[in-house]
Amino acid sequence: MMNKLIFGRYIPGDSLIHHMDPRAKLLLSFYFIGIIFIANNWQTYIVLFAFTLLAIMLSGVKWSFFINGVKPLIWLILFTVLLQVLFSASGGHVYFHWGIITISQLGLINGVYIFCRFVLIIFMSTLLTLTTPPLELSDAIEYILMPLKAVKFPVYEVALMLSIALRFVPTLMDETEKIMNAQRARGVDFGEGNIFQQMRAIVPLLIPLFVSSFNRAEDLATAMEARGYQGGEGRSKFRILKWQSRDTWATLSFVALTVVLVFLRG
Amino acid sequence: MAIEFKQVDFTYQPGTPFETKALADINVTIPTGSYTALIGHTGSGKSTLLQHLNALLKPTSGTVLIGDREITPATSNKDLKSLRRKVGIVFQFPESQLFEETVAKDIAFGPQNFGVSEADALKTAADMLDLVGLPATLLDRSPFDLSGGQMRRVAIAGVLAMQPQVLVLDEPTAGLDPQGRLDMMEMFAQLRHDQDLTVVLVTHQMDDVANYADHVIVMDQGRVVKTGTPRDVFQDPEWLLKHQLGLPKTTAFARQLVQKGLHFDQLPLTEDELAADLVAQLPASAFGGGSTDDE
Repeated sequence: MMNKLIFGRYIPGDSLIHHMDPRAKLLLSFYFIGIIFIANNWQTYIVLFAFTLLAIMLSGVKWSFFINGVKPLIWLILFTVLLQVLFSASGGHVYFHWGIITISQLGLINGVYIFCRFVLIIFMSTLLTLTTPPLELSDAIEYILMPLKAVKFPVYEVALMLSIALRFVPTLMDETEKIMNAQRARGVDFGEGNIFQQMRAIVPLLIPLFVSSFNRAEDLATAMEARGYQGGEGRSKFRILKWQSRDTWATLSFVALTVVLVFLRG
Repeated sequence: MAIEFKQVDFTYQPGTPFETKALADINVTIPTGSYTALIGHTGSGKSTLLQHLNALLKPTSGTVLIGDREITPATSNKDLKSLRRKVGIVFQFPESQLFEETVAKDIAFGPQNFGVSEADALKTAADMLDLVGLPATLLDRSPFDLSGGQMRRVAIAGVLAMQPQVLVLDEPTAGLDPQGRLDMMEMFAQLRHDQDLTVVLVTHQMDDVANYADHVIVMDQGRVVKTGTPRDVFQDPEWLLKHQLGLPKTTAFARQLVQKGLHFDQLPLTEDELAADLVAQLPASAFGGGSTDDE
């Protein structure tokens, strides 16, 4: 069930993209989402798609991963597109009109653009998570949050919570699966019956999960203290992020992309 | 109730990039009333096989016959309850499945799911608590106040309360102290005797296999590589080592004795057997010598 989610998983690999600095990857992904909104005609979208596909090819990750990444969200995307097509302000040639529903040329074009934006954003963020181990990602977030220390934001603590949370996601998933099976063996039907029965069936799953999380947190805190953890301030780092020339090149390619987009923009 | 596997394959997440094959061409029968031990290296597919025993997982291809129910890849998820009642599974570290406010309610939870009335279920709960060797005073306590060993027993009582015909145990004694371990294994042996249970035990403890089981299934890399009595399986130490398995302590010791020149017709499995074999081989004078006919 949960295993179908591709989004947020890491596929080990040995490509240019895999070896990039996670800070560069994270920032550039956000930047990419930003510049998608520059595009407003078909030329710009073609350029964006070409750029994304090039990046995917460089990562060496199979296409099917990206297609699977879009699949769980396809209904949301289609719903949004449909809303856009049916209810957007009329413009250009009107093909169909009934009450508040209008299908116009402009609406259709906007629908297609929105679809493209969704797919591009999902492709790029899937690329980020597929090629970056979660721990590197949390290192990158820690680094990027660092300026907030000036306003007394607890950067180390947040980074620690983030990396612990990431580390325990798969463990908790396993645990959930295990407890679900144990309760199923005791006659619980998950996901059957009416909404109240379904909610009641969740209780024998949630309570053990909470209890085990509390126990785990206590054990982990004890183990951390026993190993001399006294807080984030003044610690040295084992994983050191290194900005390399490939990261600079990647950044430059995004700058070039932006220039091209602005130039082609209608 | 017998459980039969016919050409069962199982693949996790088929059709995705994370697809992994866990079981391949399993053909094996767990006879009615047997005490079957399922052994194998970690990751050999034991737990996957175990989840087929009450249709928590359905085969990707092939058939599992549970009693007279046939489980195929096409079997629907509805109407499996009657099956789950007959096959009780005690998972590894079952204490993590406790959730009710009181021990009594938690034990009664299983039977109630299968339609037993609350009053009857609570009565069963009291009996079951006694069966697993805990005092009745615990009935109204919260399961989370108990010690680890007590929680384990309560969880097992919760499965026994469903009165299954087949009891599946996935490393029931993992993490227990030696006394707790022995108590629990004796309890299962007694239960099997009293209630005519079919028991399936997944374990890494070869001593338990030698002492209790009468049927052994050896798995390696998702395949069944050997079935037979414990005696059949433990007669070939080299073969076991090749499949990353060990010997019972007694058998290992007997093997050392063989290297020192003693001879056994068959390697002994239990301490009693070893003692009997040794007595037969020792010169009579070794017993503090009344007779002197060996001069």
